[in-house]
Amino acid sequence: MTDQLDPLDESAVKQAVDAALSAFADAHSLDELKQAKIDHTGDKSPLALANRAIGGLDKADKAAAGKIVGKSRGQVKQAHDARLAELEAERDAAVLIEEAIDVTLPSNRRQLGARHPLSLIQEQAADYFIGLGWEVAEGPEIESEWLNFDALNFGPDHPARQMQDTFFVDPPEAGLVLRTHTSPVQSRSLLERGVPLYVVCPGKTFRTDELDATHTPVFHQIEGIAIDKGLTMANLQGTLDGFAREMFGPESKTRLRPSFFPFTEPSAEMDFWFPNKVGGPGWIEWGGCGMVHPNVLRAAGIDPDVYQGFAFGMGIERTLMLREGINDMHDMVEGDVRFSARFGMKA
Amino acid sequence: MRVPLNWLADYVDLPANTDPHALAAEFAGIGLEEEDFFGPETTGPLVVGRVLDLVKEEHSNGKTINWCRVDVGPEHNEALDDPKDPQPGPEVPSRGIICGAHNFVPGDLIVACLPGAVLPGDFAIAARKTYGHTSDGMICSAKELGLGEDHDGIIVLSDLDLTGEPGDDAIALLGLDQVTLDVNVTPDRGYQLSMRGIAREYAQMKGQTFTDIGSPTTAEVNAPTDDGFPVVIDDANPIHEVPGCDQFTALQVTGLDPTAKTPFWMQRRLQQAGMRPISLTVDVTNYVMLELGQPLHAYDTALLGDEIVVRRAQAGEKFTTLDDIERTLDAEDLLITDRGGKGGQIIGLAGVMGGAAVEVGDETTDVVIEAAHFDPISIARTSRRHRLSSEASRRFERGVDPKLGPVAARRCADLLVELGGGTLSPATTQIGQAPEPTVIELPVERVSSLVGVDYSTAEVTGLLESIGATVEIVAQGRLAVTVPSWRTDITDNVDLIEEVARTGGYDRIPSVQPAARAGSGLTLAQRTRRRVSNLLAADGFTEVLSYPFTNDKRDDQLRLETDDVRRKHVRLANPMSEDLPLMRTNLLSTLVDLVVRNLGRGAKDVALFEAGLVSTSAGLPDGPGPRHLPGYHPSDEELEAIYASVPHQPYHYAGIIAGNVELPGVWGKGRRAEAADVIDTVRRIAKTNGLDVTVEADQISPWHPGRAAKFVLADGQNLGHAGELHPKVCENLALPSRTVAFEIDLDALLAQQDLRSWGGALSTFPVSRQDVALVVDAELPTQTLAATLREGAGEELELLETFDLYTGDQLPEGKKSLAFRLTFRAPDRTLKADEASAMREAATALAAERHGAEVRS
Repeated sequence: MTDQLDPLDESAVKQAVDAALSAFADAHSLDELKQAKIDHTGDKSPLALANRAIGGLDKADKAAAGKIVGKSRGQVKQAHDARLAELEAERDAAVLIEEAIDVTLPSNRRQLGARHPLSLIQEQAADYFIGLGWEVAEGPEIESEWLNFDALNFGPDHPARQMQDTFFVDPPEAGLVLRTHTSPVQSRSLLERGVPLYVVCPGKTFRTDELDATHTPVFHQIEGIAIDKGLTMANLQGTLDGFAREMFGPESKTRLRPSFFPFTEPSAEMDFWFPNKVGGPGWIEWGGCGMVHPNVLRAAGIDPDVYQGFAFGMGIERTLMLREGINDMHDMVEGDVRFSARFGMKA
Repeated sequence: MRVPLNWLADYVDLPANTDPHALAAEFAGIGLEEEDFFGPETTGPLVVGRVLDLVKEEHSNGKTINWCRVDVGPEHNEALDDPKDPQPGPEVPSRGIICGAHNFVPGDLIVACLPGAVLPGDFAIAARKTYGHTSDGMICSAKELGLGEDHDGIIVLSDLDLTGEPGDDAIALLGLDQVTLDVNVTPDRGYQLSMRGIAREYAQMKGQTFTDIGSPTTAEVNAPTDDGFPVVIDDANPIHEVPGCDQFTALQVTGLDPTAKTPFWMQRRLQQAGMRPISLTVDVTNYVMLELGQPLHAYDTALLGDEIVVRRAQAGEKFTTLDDIERTLDAEDLLITDRGGKGGQIIGLAGVMGGAAVEVGDETTDVVIEAAHFDPISIARTSRRHRLSSEASRRFERGVDPKLGPVAARRCADLLVELGGGTLSPATTQIGQAPEPTVIELPVERVSSLVGVDYSTAEVTGLLESIGATVEIVAQGRLAVTVPSWRTDITDNVDLIEEVARTGGYDRIPSVQPAARAGSGLTLAQRTRRRVSNLLAADGFTEVLSYPFTNDKRDDQLRLETDDVRRKHVRLANPMSEDLPLMRTNLLSTLVDLVVRNLGRGAKDVALFEAGLVSTSAGLPDGPGPRHLPGYHPSDEELEAIYASVPHQPYHYAGIIAGNVELPGVWGKGRRAEAADVIDTVRRIAKTNGLDVTVEADQISPWHPGRAAKFVLADGQNLGHAGELHPKVCENLALPSRTVAFEIDLDALLAQQDLRSWGGALSTFPVSRQDVALVVDAELPTQTLAATLREGAGEELELLETFDLYTGDQLPEGKKSLAFRLTFRAPDRTLKADEASAMREAATALAAERHGAEVRS
């Protein structure tokens, strides 16, 4: 490549330019391109030599030669840079492809824990009622007999006060029981918060039932009580319908059937309409409810001629079992991690 | 209460085509929930047959059987005998049937089920080869047809006073097509434990006029006389000042035929109602009890003393009830006794169960019929005390119509005379009388305002009359309601309101969601608990709920000191199991069992947490707890006493990790949980709730004495503990060695003031980092050294990190080296390198002064 290129020989210059462009195009790696750049633009390349030769030309020819060579060198540089960008992009892409990993490899270096669905369902119920403006009340699990029974209009000879149903604290004269329902929280709320009152009380309850497929000595309930001026059984029905929709879907509703509880009058058993019931939609017993008995209000120092309202209660275990199609109590109470794991943080 | 529908039809208009399932649903709508359903269980052909001939054949097994020719009617008879197996006697159209019973003779009408029939228990009948013949059907016993336990012989229709023609349908003849509904009667409604009560409910439900067979104004009753059987009521120990027996009616029937049997129809109804037929006299008393609701007792006059005495037992007195159990009596038990003549013994536990002494028997001809009214509470206590629930006690406990005694006694006597051929003596004992009826004033508006349905005065009146009340309008919209005698449950106007709502139909109540007052959302405690539980779950712990029952042995296994407050348990009087009589004082004591269970079920790395209440008997007042009756509003002092009687029950969190906290996998080896993991868990709990805790070494069971941390809150309260469990504890409980655990008192955390303050805008000047390693005594807690460095470094120290711990050959015995990185930042300028160095040196100088710390070069 020592042939001196005449800077005024336009076709020769063009030939050199073409040679450079084709060399760049043929370069398939950054190294090849680098070599092509040295060959066609380096100090000893025809175009460089031609450029250098411009200095020795006549003044009249200098301008013409400068124009020819300058334009050509610009053209070559542009082609080189374009090709360089292309090859660099190719190289970068290849590196990323090489760095690829198997994203399906296990990544569970730390175990994920889970909440117990019985806790989650209580939170869901609480949230629903909080949304209505109600509050969530709590109380002790070892409870005074007066609050668990008498304040709720269970007389001293009521069958529920017998040892076969209720856990009594030793000695029995101490008047303490493991609460048999969440209802003592009703009385505590009436006494401590007064009226008007709109509260739900989720929590743990106890009865002397052996553990089997449908019973457990330790279980959970959610209780609701609303006391205000002018509350009616229609308001009870409306509250239950809304709660059933929250727990069992928008098509659910509830039905009341006459029943008996010492702390409500009128009293009702409550069924809910379960669209997803195994074997087809139907009514399923859910809990008990009614209009709060005047004696419950009197025990809390509230005038039953001024204030009235309703109360309801249902089993959390039963609610979960129905909703999730669980047919044995054991899994819910035995603490097997596989049970909670299925629910994660959401029941 | 079992309600045979054909019996119900005696008192009300019950259409023959009534769908029993639809009726059960209607009953549920007025509060009589379906408990069970007894429908027809026999399908034909089941026919009347006449035994024409039989031969007795003895077989090698020692059994003699009858090979019978039975006329089962033209429709079912075979025209010709099988020539290879001819039936006995002259050939006529008939069937050949083998029968093992011997209580019949040729000419008797019997019940034959023929091939194709299905008997109760899905017992399908087919022709079968047996004892060398083909038995073309079966002659039925009462038991095979579900008509009782009698299996000694087959049914001979004449024994049942029944008759028919061969081929007649025996299903209808025996009432095997009848349906019985079993409905659940709630404990307040004793009147529903009778056909009388159920019929009234049916009539009001259907709008039918009801004729009350139990009303003393329409039914026949005996006028009291002076010469009735002597009865004395002597109650020395009434409960709540209520006499145990306030009424006693006694009638006498003489000249009964002791061989008279209970007619089939009555036996059948007793069985359908769930009772066993015994003898005419007993069956009649039971029948009248089922019919009217009044328990009755009949005594053999010949065995009875001169007079009946109703009294309380002497404590310790013995009495054997009819179920052959000797009972030791309590001074509250009410007794029926006799005295004078042959008397002088206990003849019954009043209203619960009699004894054998004066029971009617095979030779009884004269009886005294007792219809008494007892205090429900007295009967309930006796029934529970002796664990003895009878048909009578169930009714007395729930309340028996106080006007019913004379009616029921007369009804019983009339049936005995009719069926047993005796004579009713006019001598009638009547002690006491029914109390005056209760009258309750009821404003009609109150009904609508409680139920939420607009009822008119006429409707309220009509509904209350349909339950048997008498209603008088005393003023515009105000009713005076006379409560019927059998409704002892109605004492307040809300009870009447329930009756209006119930009989009017709960399905009329509209659904109206009430607008609650604005609430204040979840409480701080509730929000905190959710935050902590979710943090733990996200940190790898699975929430479980263990039963709170424990025992002293567990405390030993946990190595609790004898004076440890965690040994002060609340004890149960009637635990599920004698092994677990105590309530837990800490969550770990029961949570450990679930770890063991999970490991036993194949889990490898288990991290569990539990949140909940624990309790302590510490601080509980001695002596009997406060007692007040329903409806009583305690004074403030009394309320304080009630609250104070309840044990302290703080809300705890506990967690356990057994095994790896980081799992082995494609990324490399796993890492076993260590004390630092659970210590950090507690720190994170505090931190996420905006609190700082100070960690101190502690020696406390069940933790390792050198690997347990105590967490102290800003106000000095103890939040709880975390660390590695004591090796012996792990061994005692079969936990993997080096299991780690924490337990904290969330109530202590919630009691903290929020001390966080906003220190002004964040500085954006560059930081200057300075590293230093200090050699100190090995025992010096890192936290103490770090606190000194912080103090010495001054306010510009933004962050202090401990990044290395070294002990080893290059250090003197008993020394350790801790490496810290101090990050300085000034609020107002870029710190120069020598400024930062000076601050670092100030920090190490203070550490040297306080702890003898030497800078390691």
